[in-house]
Amino acid sequence: MRVHRAVFARGLRRYSTYRAATVAHVLTNAVFGVINATVLLALFAARPEINGYDARDAVTQVFVAQALLGVSAVMGPPLDLEDRVRNGAVAIDLLRPVSLQTWWLADDLGRAAFQLVFRSVPTFGVGVLLFDLRYPDGLLGWAAVLVSFVLVAVVAFALRYLYALAGFWLTDTRGVWAAAGLLGPVAAGTLLPLALFPTTVGDVLRLLPWASMIQIPAEILLGKDTLPGGSVVGGLALQVFWAVVLLALGALATSRATRRVVVQGG
Amino acid sequence: MAEPLTIRALRPPRAYVRLAWTWCRALAQYPTSLVLLTVFVSLGALTEMSGVLIVFGHAGELAGFGVHEGLLVYGLSATAFGCADMLMGSVERLGRHIRSGAFDTMLIRPVPTLVLLATDQFTPRRLGKVVPAAGALAVALVACDVDWTPARVLALPALLVSATALCCAVWVAGACVQFVLPEAHVAANSLTYGGQALTEYPLAVYGREVVRSVTFVVPLAFVSWQPALFLLGRPDPTGLPDALRFAPPVAAVLMCSVAALCWRAGLRRYRSTGS
Repeated sequence: MRVHRAVFARGLRRYSTYRAATVAHVLTNAVFGVINATVLLALFAARPEINGYDARDAVTQVFVAQALLGVSAVMGPPLDLEDRVRNGAVAIDLLRPVSLQTWWLADDLGRAAFQLVFRSVPTFGVGVLLFDLRYPDGLLGWAAVLVSFVLVAVVAFALRYLYALAGFWLTDTRGVWAAAGLLGPVAAGTLLPLALFPTTVGDVLRLLPWASMIQIPAEILLGKDTLPGGSVVGGLALQVFWAVVLLALGALATSRATRRVVVQGG
Repeated sequence: MAEPLTIRALRPPRAYVRLAWTWCRALAQYPTSLVLLTVFVSLGALTEMSGVLIVFGHAGELAGFGVHEGLLVYGLSATAFGCADMLMGSVERLGRHIRSGAFDTMLIRPVPTLVLLATDQFTPRRLGKVVPAAGALAVALVACDVDWTPARVLALPALLVSATALCCAVWVAGACVQFVLPEAHVAANSLTYGGQALTEYPLAVYGREVVRSVTFVVPLAFVSWQPALFLLGRPDPTGLPDALRFAPPVAAVLMCSVAALCWRAGLRRYRSTGS
């Protein structure tokens, strides 16, 4: 556990080095947030309610989505592990006396923690300043949102860990990212809130792991009854489900992959 | 012996074509990869387009633009940005070249540095963005009630060329930020990809202040908004003079000059990292 704490702290510190990059990311997320929010405001001016969403819900979700882009990494970056599988440095990772998966989990949670504080908060803050957003009810509501955001980071890691392990079989994972970069943002609800999609499409996408990174946390913040089981608890349960399933798949894939590894000497 | 100006002026484009072709041939060594990745890129463009269609489907009309007129605006914007991304998109990797020292080798080669930078890892994959966008534009032009006077027929290619040049200039000017802040390359995205996201919808949606600033400050209004007003023969709902719709070529020239100045200034202040 001490090792993991240290790796977590290093992950956090590493990202805190790139201050200009963080400011640039917040700026870009805020610009996209304002553009998307304005378009949706125009849309809801024409149709005050669509599938249970009103203008305020939609604009809030836009800023939740932009705020979570860093934590969830639906559009990247991939784990550093991915490159290490390709260039063979993963051999060193496998020599360590801790499991490959938990080592990288600690590292990526460090990254996510930094992103949550220094990217999500300011990006959402821009939304708070410029638009009329909806907020959770009371302390309990905020606590649920925080738990949900932490689960976003776990699901985000578990999914990208699987992408990275695909490298053991494919060597080059650019194809995986081409497919994930296409499906991920749409299924997560960053292109448009899933409530605007045709109902059946929206309902199916809500159950996929990507939705647990943007759409479900947004609905938890908004307190929507479209969540599984109709409540915040159901939404959190879905996120936990995906975190557990994807981590288990990752553990399984790790044991398969390490049996395949052939390390060339030199 | 000075060469005639025409030959000198043609040299950068010829170098561009030759270098881009080299990259195409290299990528053609892996045809399956190339085809699959191109398909993914075009599917991505189609999803973006379906986002626009969903919004118009729910709203019916935005700022007086129906779904076909909306598709026209989207098509103009996505075609111009897609072409610019293909021709100049590689310049966004400037910071990476500076950090690795590869930029120094570009500076000593007998080809204009901007051409080298823009053709670096040129990929025909980006056609995957242009083709669906151009398709949408074609569908919209047929579906919209455009009064095809000879002036409009002749103006269409001029509008597309100006819009593409303008977008290329935006890309280059955005990349120049990395001469000052190499790690802040994402900031340029709010101008390039953000510019595309902004111009995909009729600009009147964003209100008068935004329309005025993207007309007179960063002239993105001339990518899709003013051309669409011209093709549809509509007055500007935000009350700007109709004469502006004849200005896209002027805006393109101005923006290209600004980008060229930024590039010159950036090159002049560039100090090698020494790596």
